[in-house]
Amino acid sequence: MTVIANILIIATISFGTIFILVTAIGLIRLPDAFSRAHAASKSATLGVMSILLGVFLHFWLIEGHFNSRILLGIAFLFITGPVGGHMMGRAAYLSGVKLSDQTVRDDLADVIKKKREKLQ
Amino acid sequence: MITFLWVIVVLISLSILAFVYRLVKGPSTPDRVIALDAIGVGLITLIGLISILFDTVFFLEVILLLAVLSFIGTVAFSKFTEKGEIIQRDRNS
Repeated sequence: MTVIANILIIATISFGTIFILVTAIGLIRLPDAFSRAHAASKSATLGVMSILLGVFLHFWLIEGHFNSRILLGIAFLFITGPVGGHMMGRAAYLSGVKLSDQTVRDDLADVIKKKREKLQ
Repeated sequence: MITFLWVIVVLISLSILAFVYRLVKGPSTPDRVIALDAIGVGLITLIGLISILFDTVFFLEVILLLAVLSFIGTVAFSKFTEKGEIIQRDRNS
């Protein structure tokens, strides 16, 4: 039983660590603020959820201590991670951060231009 | 198991170092806020791993606290960079 628990814990923690390393590579190498926000919000959230699941399984299966705060933390991070990334991307676009040179199309520019003309 | 966890702690610390690089260098304000959010996520992960390594459950309260603080910081900074005010009085804009 302990062997199965250890395998589960090691699998979930390794999975999460791979995703957090991918986040670090993305934050360093991606070209503009929007692609970096994409990397940071999705894969970091999945990585931290997986690692916290491993911590929860360790305390539950090996120490025999059912800790509900970790589950609450996982649910909170699952809700707020993408919401924060989305708000930051919207604020970056509306405050005029430049897109990268490799951007192919920009659908939001037409919508915002029409809305600004209607307001004036 | 202990060696594996220390290796994971070192890897997460290296990725936090990468986030700090983006926080210092980042050309615009949203880049820096995104890096701060990612640093909060890395700190939460480190606290979970260290509570396994030190064999105690009392650090786990900090996870919720850091998650709430990081989310509120991101929302406040994004409101501020978008419109220049954090709490809007005019609901229609």
